[in-house]
Amino acid sequence: MNPPRMRSLKLLAFGLLTSVAAFAQAASEAAKGTDLAKSIDDLKKAVASAQMSGDNAWMLTSAALVLMMTAPGLALFYGGLVRRKNVLGTMMHSFILMALVSVIWALVGYSLAFGEGSAFLGDLRYAFLYGVGAEPNPDYAGTIPQQTYMIYQLMFAIITPALISGAFAERIKFTGMLLFSTLWLFVVYLPMAHMVWGKGGFFNGTLGGKFPAWDFAGGTVVHITSGVSALICALYLGKREGYPKEPMRPHSVVLSVIGAGLLWVGWFGFNGGSAVSAGSLATSAFVATHLATASATLGWMVMEWMIAGKPSVLGAISGAVAGLVAITPASGFVKPMPAMIIGVAAGVVCYLMVSKVKQKFGYDDALDAFGVHGIGGTLGAILTGVFATREVNDLRMGKAMGLIDGDANQVVNQLIAVAFSWALAIVGTIVILKIVDFITGVRASKQDESEGLDLSMHGEEGYNFEA
Amino acid sequence: MKKIEAIIQPHKLQEVREALKTIGVDGMSVWEIRGHGRQKGHKEIYRGQEYQVDLIPKVKLEMVVPSSRVDEITRALAAAARSGTIGDGKIFVSDIGEAIRIRNDERGETAL
Repeated sequence: MNPPRMRSLKLLAFGLLTSVAAFAQAASEAAKGTDLAKSIDDLKKAVASAQMSGDNAWMLTSAALVLMMTAPGLALFYGGLVRRKNVLGTMMHSFILMALVSVIWALVGYSLAFGEGSAFLGDLRYAFLYGVGAEPNPDYAGTIPQQTYMIYQLMFAIITPALISGAFAERIKFTGMLLFSTLWLFVVYLPMAHMVWGKGGFFNGTLGGKFPAWDFAGGTVVHITSGVSALICALYLGKREGYPKEPMRPHSVVLSVIGAGLLWVGWFGFNGGSAVSAGSLATSAFVATHLATASATLGWMVMEWMIAGKPSVLGAISGAVAGLVAITPASGFVKPMPAMIIGVAAGVVCYLMVSKVKQKFGYDDALDAFGVHGIGGTLGAILTGVFATREVNDLRMGKAMGLIDGDANQVVNQLIAVAFSWALAIVGTIVILKIVDFITGVRASKQDESEGLDLSMHGEEGYNFEA
Repeated sequence: MKKIEAIIQPHKLQEVREALKTIGVDGMSVWEIRGHGRQKGHKEIYRGQEYQVDLIPKVKLEMVVPSSRVDEITRALAAAARSGTIGDGKIFVSDIGEAIRIRNDERGETAL
């Protein structure tokens, strides 16, 4: 037996002895007719504190994992897919949102998403993080400090606008991108997050929503909103100069593979953490996430192999991301086998979307934010209504959760939430783009674009030959 | 003095260097280039988007040698670089006016 294990055994023995002693002491006190209630109360507090430690440890870890998804995860994934003259600009689109969104979130963002407010938007009760401290907020997470919940949710608000950057890559003005992301957060993200996850929100499944829709980790809130907005951005900005005649091959699929790997790992925090506790639901979401991703990777690869002739590495990693996206809303509601069905479906559908449908319509969604996030998110949100089961997450106290579980109506609710998020994303994004175009302009000048965003926007180059 | 420029298949570089070393040529510059002659490029597919890639990776060697050795060196080089298929590359020979060793200002063939 190795020394650390011996030590932990000794510790355990010591712990047992002391608790037995404490129990004995408590018992004798009770026998003496002294304060039994107080002992029980102390014990309850100790149990609660132990649970908080466990849950809080996982939730802080998850928050860090989700931040890692934006940078380096998404920054590398997207950065590798652009031409080398735009690698820094593209990475910046992700990285700068880690700063910008965090500040907005602390000032008013968290409050507008999670303050009680109306069915459509929160209020300002938590503005400047007033009252957001060590005490749990039992509406959202009874066993972790509200501050943990706040910082965990922030990481979602960061990555969502970052996902959109895949659509306007290589041709957006930096000022326009900053203003767009800021407005988009207020007009699309915060209302949507409130409606789905906020207390009293329109689609909230547990806290009094009118059309309770299941969205465990953000199929509607994160992926549909960002993916559909991405399509609008691609259409509004128009094609990159020279697309599709000029070759615009990814400058380094190597970077993208590293990014995709980090996204896969980070997603365990995204979905597993959405259990807001460290119990068996987190495990279930973790497992569903992993298996869906594995199946989606294979699904995309096989499709591409059959249709295009070769199983590309870019295809495999794109399939993985598609699977991660699609399982996001379902992860806390479905069992492993349905998770794998959702994964395969996402791999196949998203492959056809980016390789066939996009070519047909000819829009320039440069890095396929719509094809992967918009379509994968929509697919996942609908399939959540099909496969959700009380065996995994018994939110309805024993009643059916989804179609296969015996409640066909849930699919309708999912469709309503999906349609609503599409509509909000479309209308919101068009309005915002008009405003931004008026104030700062959205598209980079022809000269800036041909020079590359790295040099024209940031005065740097990603790869310096002489250095 | 003559300059020998050779554009060869990247995977032939090691063989060429060894062949030249055995006949006593040990100075050269090498760089990775892209280009094409009669060889057709290849197709690459990224998420369904096809790209015809015509500029193919090649390796270019450059060395300046005494005129008397040009024949021997180019023969050895060509033999080592040859696979017999299209795309094996080309060798160009041109005149050089002067050579100067920077360290000590030596000139002409002794500077090579």
